Amino acid sequence: MKVQASRRQFLISGAAAGGGLMIGLSMTTRGSAQTAAAAGKVNAYVTIAPDGAVTIMAKNPDMGQGIKTSLVMIIADELDADWSRVKAVQAPSDPATFGRQSSGGSRSIATEWMPMRQVGAAGRALLIAAAAKDWGVQPAECTTSKSVVYHRASNRSATYGALAAKAAALPAPAAGSIRLKEPKDFTIIGKPVAQLDAPAIGRGEPIFSIDTQVPGMLYAHYVKSPVWGSKCLSADLAAVKAVKGVKDAFIVEGKSTQMGGLLPGVAIVADSWWTAQQARAKLNAKWDIDPARLNSTAAFKAQASQCQASAPLRTERKDGDTAAALKQAGVKTVSASYAYPWLAHASLEPQTCTANVTGAKAELWVSTQNPDAARQLVARTLGLKGQDITVHVMRAGGAFGRKGQADPAVEAAWISQKVGAPVKLIASREDDMKFDFYRPAGFHTLKGAVDAQGNLTAWEDHFVTMAEGTAIANQASMSPAEFPAGFVPNFRYDLSTVQSVVPIGSLRAPRANALGFVIQSFIDELAHAGGQDPVAFRLKLLAAKKDGDYDAVRMAACVRKAAEMSGWGRKLPARHGLGTAFHYSHAGYVSEVIEVEVETDGTVAVKKVWAAVDVGRQIVNPSGAINQVEGSILDGISCALHQRITIDKGACVQGHFGDNPLMRISEAPEVEVAFILSDNPPTGLGEPGLPPALPALSNAIFAATGKRLRELPIDKAQLRA
Amino acid sequence: MAFSLSVNGKSMTADVDPAKPLLWVLREDLGVLGPKYGCGMAQCGACTVHIDGRPARSCITPVSSVGNAKVVTIEAMSADPVGQKVQAAWTDLDVAQCGYCQPGQIMSATALIKSKPQPTDADIDQAMNGNLCRCATYIRIRKAIKRASGQKEV
Repeated sequence: MKVQASRRQFLISGAAAGGGLMIGLSMTTRGSAQTAAAAGKVNAYVTIAPDGAVTIMAKNPDMGQGIKTSLVMIIADELDADWSRVKAVQAPSDPATFGRQSSGGSRSIATEWMPMRQVGAAGRALLIAAAAKDWGVQPAECTTSKSVVYHRASNRSATYGALAAKAAALPAPAAGSIRLKEPKDFTIIGKPVAQLDAPAIGRGEPIFSIDTQVPGMLYAHYVKSPVWGSKCLSADLAAVKAVKGVKDAFIVEGKSTQMGGLLPGVAIVADSWWTAQQARAKLNAKWDIDPARLNSTAAFKAQASQCQASAPLRTERKDGDTAAALKQAGVKTVSASYAYPWLAHASLEPQTCTANVTGAKAELWVSTQNPDAARQLVARTLGLKGQDITVHVMRAGGAFGRKGQADPAVEAAWISQKVGAPVKLIASREDDMKFDFYRPAGFHTLKGAVDAQGNLTAWEDHFVTMAEGTAIANQASMSPAEFPAGFVPNFRYDLSTVQSVVPIGSLRAPRANALGFVIQSFIDELAHAGGQDPVAFRLKLLAAKKDGDYDAVRMAACVRKAAEMSGWGRKLPARHGLGTAFHYSHAGYVSEVIEVEVETDGTVAVKKVWAAVDVGRQIVNPSGAINQVEGSILDGISCALHQRITIDKGACVQGHFGDNPLMRISEAPEVEVAFILSDNPPTGLGEPGLPPALPALSNAIFAATGKRLRELPIDKAQLRA
Repeated sequence: MAFSLSVNGKSMTADVDPAKPLLWVLREDLGVLGPKYGCGMAQCGACTVHIDGRPARSCITPVSSVGNAKVVTIEAMSADPVGQKVQAAWTDLDVAQCGYCQPGQIMSATALIKSKPQPTDADIDQAMNGNLCRCATYIRIRKAIKRASGQKEV
């Protein structure tokens, strides 16, 4: 096995098991790459068998965003592999070999685009080198196509399968020396491809974590205090154990009072998950509830109102003089307060993990976005070594940010260790919803001014958000550079906080999923107040850029494109309306237009959505890309219309799809997507399509009814004719 | 209590509590893992199977209520002429994102096409509204049903 170092990356090549070639790329230190290579433990990205079958590893977990397919397409294209012979395999969790393996933040394409191209191109270079050596010709005289190397001048060719063993004996090329394809020569990248797991999904194959079967496996429920983190004082364990099929029941002290560690609770272990669930009814657990932890939505709202009526905690940004600009003669001013609720993730596959802890070793089959986080938490909590924990990366049945957290892994592992058997833990739907890491609620009081020429001259936002002690809660912050900062001469962003102990985490398009609604709805209010067309007003605002990294040219192109696609300005029937909104997040520029009809009973029917999206010069898989944009738009509309988590007496009130409904097919509009291919590096699509959907919807409702809705979810009672 | 069930054309037995839902008998006792748990309350449809040809939510169907009825799951769709068309349309149109709900979607769609060979949009809304897709692949689900039933897709 050979290791070649560039400054930060190491290409590794060598013989694959069973003969053939394997190629790896290590992002770690040279020393560890060499050790891994010497031990024969490097997990190559690419393995080419003598019969020509090409197996390609996808390093990051797939939870429906399609990365398992996209990463493999990138490698296969630069390798010039015969796509019909390519098999994709989910890489095991092995950070020493694969580097960062978490999926989230729409980062996978942005960070892996170049390294994965290099992996594929290195393989192609090695295969060419092997053929050239055989033929006594220069590598530069050789070409490749569909897993075959050609030397046209002498009319010779050799398949990758035939060359694989010879290529494996050659030194790995230096990462910096590899020539990548010109984009015009891509044969796989840019062509719509169905997810490589699509047939297995359609056949109902057991590919999800929840489908794991281990001999001797038991099933567990982990019952936690409805007030997060409270210890169990007592429980009727005898009654639970008396239920037929229950194998064990015990109180767990817990290792943390914070979600994210092992919370206190009661484990119920049975020969059936359903039996364990039935036994829960007899548990009668008493919890040591701290009165200081009894948060409520009502109290947050009251505290936020107090904050909004008082001086802010601090000023985060101040440009010009908003007070003077708001009093300027001839300007139109608007004041408004916006609010959005707590939200749950509600992946259809609930939190789940199967764990088998045997002595110092553990195996985890976990539904996760971040396998190594599961390994580290289990190691820390159970006192095991990370290297002794095998994490099987299963397909996640939805994640949306929730499965970056490792709570099911640590719960399953703890219970498995205690009972001495493999344990499959599944959160019930109710537990999944009540023990989430929620999207934080927030409150904004805004003031703005538009001059007689239609320029936005002042913008003030007093943002009241969640804090944990002196720190702003995770994903509850707003950047001082958030739009329209840098676009308005007089800008002020004040911040106040209310204390919260509600578990908070990342929900698809964190921060942007809330801020987009507030900012783009208020821009719409200002456009109307100034007598401006909402599209024209936005384009004028984008043209007024003063500073910052925000690429207003890219966004303006999206705004124009979405407007054009929608036939912006056309005449519509009564109670129909078009609304537009844009938002930049996760490196993606997106503008959307939504057409609604608001029925006389206040029901909002979304007729159609148009989206213009700029995520750089290359869409890797157009089929997956459109699916992500469609899904994220519908997700946003679903949030705006329906979703809300209420906190009462320190606990989540909602517990099922009846009290926290998701959009169903009868509400799903058509979505038309256009990608604007700007000359920028490719970035991800799991998230940026979502944020504009909520304000585009609220702006369309205003256009249809004249009613401005400033609180989510939408209250249809306010929209009755 | 021992129950004899007809699952995908095979006779299978399970010695379980009569109240145990068919979903969990399939998944835990019979190793049939295609039907999925999503809610346990018939709100999401991930557990959809066919019982005597009708789509049913196996998560709220006590095993004792099944009797001699024929239970068919996603695992049998590859051998079902309509199921094959539905599966092929699902793959061709790259419907799935995470894929977790799709066995239930395919079972509902197959039952729909068997009862209405040319379903309209309204038929699709009615038959498929019980199947949640958290990834919201509804646009492609609608197209795939149209394709599988030989209709124009938009």
